[in-house]
This record gives sequence, structure tokens and C-alpha cells, in this order.
Amino acid sequence: MPSTRDDGVHGAHLSRHTPGQRLNAYFLHHRQMLLAGLQRLRQHPLASFMTVAVIGIALALPAGTLVLVKNAKNVSDNWKGAARISLFLKPGLSDALVQQLAASVREHAGVGSVQVITANQSLADFQQRSGFGDALNLLGSNPLPAVLVIQPTDDYAMPAAAQQLGQTLGELPQVDQVRMDIQWLERLQAMLEILRRAVVIIALLLALAVVFIVGNTIRLEIENRRTEIEVSKLMGATDRFIRRPFLYHGAWYGLAGGVLAWFLVVIALLLMAGPVSHLASLYGNQFSLRGLGFDGSLELLMSGIVLGWLGSWLAVARHLRAIEPA
Amino acid sequence: MIQFSEVGKRYQGGNEALAGVSFSIARGEMVFLTGPSGAGKSTLLKLLALIERPSRGQIIVNGQNLGGIRRRQIPYYRRKVGVIFQDHKLLPERTVFDNVALPLTIAGVFHREISKRVGAALELVGLLHKEHALPVTLSTGEQQRVGIARAVISRPPILIADEPTGNLDPDLSYEVMQLFRRLNQVGITVLVASHDHNLIRRLGQRYLSLRGGRMVAPELQGDAHAEHA
Repeated sequence: MPSTRDDGVHGAHLSRHTPGQRLNAYFLHHRQMLLAGLQRLRQHPLASFMTVAVIGIALALPAGTLVLVKNAKNVSDNWKGAARISLFLKPGLSDALVQQLAASVREHAGVGSVQVITANQSLADFQQRSGFGDALNLLGSNPLPAVLVIQPTDDYAMPAAAQQLGQTLGELPQVDQVRMDIQWLERLQAMLEILRRAVVIIALLLALAVVFIVGNTIRLEIENRRTEIEVSKLMGATDRFIRRPFLYHGAWYGLAGGVLAWFLVVIALLLMAGPVSHLASLYGNQFSLRGLGFDGSLELLMSGIVLGWLGSWLAVARHLRAIEPA
Repeated sequence: MIQFSEVGKRYQGGNEALAGVSFSIARGEMVFLTGPSGAGKSTLLKLLALIERPSRGQIIVNGQNLGGIRRRQIPYYRRKVGVIFQDHKLLPERTVFDNVALPLTIAGVFHREISKRVGAALELVGLLHKEHALPVTLSTGEQQRVGIARAVISRPPILIADEPTGNLDPDLSYEVMQLFRRLNQVGITVLVASHDHNLIRRLGQRYLSLRGGRMVAPELQGDAHAEHA
């Protein structure tokens, strides 16, 4: 407004203000409209609350799910205990050869520790656990292979690195088959990635919904203030001047929705914290749910504000121009 | 100050509200616009406030050709034309003070200056004691005076009024017209549309007469014009 040519000319006619004072008036109007927007929210508490609730839920759903996915990803990324590699050796290797192989594997980069399970040990284990002891005795020879159970060093404990290590070791001539405990973890991670993508898509759709909800609410507000808009236009109000309170109004809706969403997520996480730490303790893990954090909270609130602003912009762009004094 | 040359206005649907109207009003003049309803008075004022655009002809206000004003510039033009409506168009949920202050808020006037000038404008129309009242608590005449205070608050060089006394009894009407005369005496060019011939005769100002979208009678100078000058 102050930048417009006509305004400058007219401003001189209107008043003897310094540019600083005019700027002050400009910021004052922004501040007034900021407060007026909040005031309008409070004028119809029930209607405002319902709109805010819808926005809050629409924001809380993707935000909460994203927090859970991040937590799950965090767990699976750091799941070192699971990165065990079992090398099933070819049958018929003597115990001495098996021990020799174990020693050379132990020297391999990335190998933390090697546990040797000889064929006889495997058989004894199996007999004890399965209850097929007598049946196995009938076989005459031992059908079970010797196994080297390898625990990678921390550097190689992550799924990708462990996979690499397992492949290298699998190429040893004495190795018949490699079995990695890591595989289920990889599948879990793949599923988590799918879930994350799905959440992002849903989040985008819900964001669109928020924009439309705010847009519709502001459209009604514009309709309610038709006279005021007409009169203001007759008194020489620019489009920007008329737009401003509605944009702030929409932003307030978004912010209020964001705050509500934040509380919903925090409450949901609190409710889940107990069962989650119980589950973690079953795995012998010291794990606790991570919340939104500072960045996440800020992102949530900001996206609320931006979506609210966008929604009201949509309504304002469509409807304000149509209202002209007649 | 205001100059119409062969101005015509045809609304969508073919209704011709003005058919080639020409006149001019000098700076500092006070002129009435009369004629029966449907004669085109409102249309003429709407053209002046840039609520409507003419279908043909040229309007020059304060040296500015209205045809050359683009949509974005309309607000800045309107700030220089004070408008008064028959139904006064006050905002019901705002106080008298806020209603009168509206044009200044819109123009971005510093707030300390606003309260000073609103006070002065309300004093002019004799309603300073009502500044915190809501419009509905005022009488029709008082509401109209608030509307006048709002129209002059930004010190526009031109004031136009559409049937400002349409809802008022003769005494109140005369009071309101006297108010316009006082504003005219401080240099504001005033154009008032009214079908109240008695009142116009009583005031004795120059008037323009519209009938069926055309200027009819020769522009008569009122007897009392000399007294005013």
C-alpha cells in the first residue's frame, strides 16, 4: 500500500505524516488485524472449535503416524543383536578343519566373534530339543552340518554392511549355505518405507483437506462480512487491506489446529509409552518412544499456519473480488 | 471540479439509465441533483464513485479522467470522494467512533491523529458525546450525521450524497442540508441527489434536473445563491 504511487500523492493531501509514522500505522494495522483475527475466532467459540478440531485431527493423524514410523525405523536401524550370520558348512568336514576355518574367519574384517557348533553338537542339541532322539539314532550317520555363528563388529552390524559380510563369507568353498538373521529386519525396513510413503501421501491429502476446510470457513466469514467489505471498498480500501484480516483469521485457525494436533500426538504417545517399553523389555531392550521433539513440533505448528493461510487465501482470491459495492 | 461530457450508461439487459448527460460543477460549488426515481440520479452518483463505469462519454473529476483509472487505482480515487448514502451504511457492530475512523484506518493514518480527527468530525455533526455508542442506539437523523462525519473525516475535496434526507422529517432534513452548506463553505464541492423540491427551493442552491436519463430543465440559479457566495 504505501509503495503505490497514488497513495503517496494522496498521503500528502491526507496528512502530514513522516514515512516512519506511516510505516508505524501500517504495522499497527497488521497487529490490529492479527488480534482481530483471534477475536473473530473467539466470537463463535463452538463453530471455531469444531473447525479447529477437524484441522487438529487432520494434522495429528499423519504427524502421529510419522512419529511412530520414525521410532520403528530408529529401532530397526540400531538392532545390532539381530545381525547374526550363520554359515552352514558342507557336510563331512572334520572337526579340525572346522576349527581351522573358524580361526581364519575370525581374522576376516568385520567379524567380531565366531562361535563353532560342530556337527556332533548340533546333533546333541537337536536330539535334546526335538524329542526325535531315537529316530535319529536309526540314521546311523549324522545328517547335520557344522555351523559357524558369526557376530559382526559394530561397524558391520547395520543391515547393508552385514549383508555384504555374509555374502563374502558365503563364497568360502567350505560354506554350503549362509543364513542371515538380518533378512527379517530388511523386510521390516522395506515395509516401514512403504508405510512411510503411505503416510506422506495421506498427509498430503489431509493437508489439502485442511486447506479446503479453512477455505470454506473463511468463505462463510466473507459472506457474513459482506456489508463491511462493501463499505470499506467505498471508503477506498485496497484489496490487500480487505484481504488482511481474513488471511490472519485463516492462519489463526491453522495455528490453533496445529496446537490441538500437538496435544493429540503427545497424549497418544503417552498412552502408548507403557506398552512399548513393556515390549522392548521383552526383547531385553532399553527403548522408549521418542516424541515430536522441538523440530517436529515447530514443523507441525508451521504447517498448520501455512495451510490455514493458504486456505483463506483460496477463499479470499475467489470471493473478495466478487463483492463490489452496488 | 466535476465535468460530464455526453455521458451515457446502459446496464446489461438494455436498460438505459443515462442518455448523454453533460454538465459541469465548479470547484467549491454546491449543487443539487433532482428528478423522479428512476431518472438516473443514483447512476450518476455511482459513476462519480466509480461503482459503475459509463458506457460512453467522459467524466473528469478534479482534473482526472475517470476512464483512465484502472481497477487497482480505484481505492486511491475513492479516498478523495466522500460518499453519503440514504441508508447511511454504518457498520452495526462497531461503535460510532470506529465507524467514523474507518476511512482513516483504511488510508493508514497514524492512530493518535485518528482520535483527534474523529473527535473533530463528531463535534462538527454534534455527536461527540455518542462516540462510544453503537449505531442502532442512535436515531435515524443521528445515524445520518455519523455517516456525514465518516464521509468528511478524510477531508475529501468532493462530497456526494445520495438522498441523504430520504428517511428524515423536514426539520431534520433541513438540519442535514445546513450541515452540507457548512461543509461547502469550508471549500468542499458538494453534490446532493434529492427529490425533495421544497427543501431545494428553500435552500436556494443551483440544481440539475434529470428525467429519463437526460438533463431537462435549464440549470436554474437559486435566488439565495448570492447570499451563499
